[in-house]
Amino acid sequence: MNQPILAVNDLRKHFPIRGGILSGVTGHVFAVDGVSFSIAKGETLSLVGESGCGKSTVGKAILRLFDLTSGQVVLDGQRIDDLSPSALRPLRQRIQVVFQDPFSSLNPRMRVRDILAEPITNFGLLKTRTEIDARLRALMAKVGLPPDAIDRWPHEFSGGQRQRIGIARALAAEPDLIICDEAVSALDVSVKAQIVNLLCDLQQELGLALLFISHDLAIVEHMTHRVAVMYLGKIVEKGPREAIFANPQHPYTKALLSAVPVPDPEIRRERIILRGDVPSPINPPKGCRFNTRCPYAVDRCRSEEPALRMVGNQHVAACHLIETAGEPSGTDNA
Amino acid sequence: MNPPGPLPPIDESRLAVAPDLPDILPARKPRKGLLGLIRNNPAMAFGVFLLLVMLFLAIFAPFLGTVDPTSLSPSRRTRLPSEAYWFGTDMLGRDIYSRVLYGTRVSLTVGFSVAVLASIAGLVIGLVSGMVRWADSLIMRMIDGMMSIPPILLAIALMALTRGSMQNVIIAITVAEIPRVARLVRGVVLTLREQPYVDGAIAAGTRMPRLIFRHILPNTLAPMIVQATYICASAMIVEAILSFIGAGIPPTVPTWGNIMADGRTLWQVRPHIIVFPAIFLSVTVLAVNLVGDGLRDALDPRMAKRL
Repeated sequence: MNQPILAVNDLRKHFPIRGGILSGVTGHVFAVDGVSFSIAKGETLSLVGESGCGKSTVGKAILRLFDLTSGQVVLDGQRIDDLSPSALRPLRQRIQVVFQDPFSSLNPRMRVRDILAEPITNFGLLKTRTEIDARLRALMAKVGLPPDAIDRWPHEFSGGQRQRIGIARALAAEPDLIICDEAVSALDVSVKAQIVNLLCDLQQELGLALLFISHDLAIVEHMTHRVAVMYLGKIVEKGPREAIFANPQHPYTKALLSAVPVPDPEIRRERIILRGDVPSPINPPKGCRFNTRCPYAVDRCRSEEPALRMVGNQHVAACHLIETAGEPSGTDNA
Repeated sequence: MNPPGPLPPIDESRLAVAPDLPDILPARKPRKGLLGLIRNNPAMAFGVFLLLVMLFLAIFAPFLGTVDPTSLSPSRRTRLPSEAYWFGTDMLGRDIYSRVLYGTRVSLTVGFSVAVLASIAGLVIGLVSGMVRWADSLIMRMIDGMMSIPPILLAIALMALTRGSMQNVIIAITVAEIPRVARLVRGVVLTLREQPYVDGAIAAGTRMPRLIFRHILPNTLAPMIVQATYICASAMIVEAILSFIGAGIPPTVPTWGNIMADGRTLWQVRPHIIVFPAIFLSVTVLAVNLVGDGLRDALDPRMAKRL
């Protein structure tokens, strides 16, 4: 069996809420509450869900930008979530990140050359100045920017160009996995398509695995191998792209998909309108987290939390109302 | 799990097709020189001009028709401004023009020294407070305590502990001004820590010292420099106040505060003794504040593109 490049097991991140005179902990934000998935080499997994469901927290937890509450992050067979910062540093080379906002993701006081060279020198990938210079120019060309522009400042580029610099920085470390945290959400539609195509091309060329965090299902359908749908800190459905888009099982996934616009005015589609807002992750509902907004909720949904169960080939969903297609699998790794 | 193959084709008609856009880089703007500054921000250019004049007066005070600012001539007391005594003389017959010009040296030295020292100390304290979680609450409570005392009172209290000298005045005002810089830097550091480029640098394996010196520190400098100019202006005023109430530089040294203190009792009959140093103090503080406002506009990251 081929080892996944990244496996996340039962990841939890609860942010304490401090308040009161003595700054005591008065509660927790259950941002991510038991998320498991794995990504194979060269594969794209999309993590989708609405704002505030914990998608970005998952990405940051994998990058260890903060410590986990519990759970494991396994990189190529090695557990990395419990390593000390200094032991983790060399392994950071294998996971890089591209952020949403192309304006705040580049240090305004560093030239593009220094921004791109930083991972190369930090990880000791190249030694001599000439080697690094050649590599930087190659990176610029790879993301479709003129190599001579490396001595410019970030503010001299447009948003889409800056996002490509962000991608070039991620590529500079020669990673196995890039986490794209809403990497195209802030861009114009035409630029968005450019960046998505660039990511797809780079993936083919370099064998990169991508964790594509997004709320934009139209983009996700275009570029992903598998999809995991998150709601309020948990994965509610996960499966291959075709299964999720053609045959969604979880009511939340169905509602999300029905909201994707179709560029054909002739097509009439039944839209599922969810009522209410996402419940607070400080005090998530009992039972199934979706029960407060689910049009099909029954008593069982309000008391018992559904586990992820097989509903098809490599396709799992967490809902009491779905006929199971196989054995229940609580801690699956599909 | 097998490595996935290339993606199967999907319905292309459902996708918006984007043309390959040409990559046009905006033309680089040539750096603007002095003329550009005057055109863009005439108020700041005026402030710079006034400061340069003050600096010139301070440096070349001995060569600008001055006499020894401490020499007494009891026979020529309290003269009104005239050709011989441009700004008149004080109650001990000292030439006020000479005293005001030499006083410029004291004010500029105190102002710039306090601005530099308070910025450096405040920067270090603010960086530590912003970066080291456990030290933050401790440092900030101490800073809060210091800020609850008005800077002038704190400076007076500190001066009461030592002898009056320019060095001690600088130290006293610096200590009183440090909390403002430290608070500002801490606030900026806390917001910078959350910036995606800092997260990106951590993911790129950047070590803490480099993270601070390449990513955090350069981005705190702009607001700190602006704050430093305001502190420079405030320090000049506090120095004059300390001298005026006799808690600062010894009365024998010509400072604007001391000159004004000497003229205090004669204010109603000989206002010129107070007026000339007061005008110099006001103009200098105004100049520093104009430069500060200009720097704030020029260094504001939201206006960075105009640079």
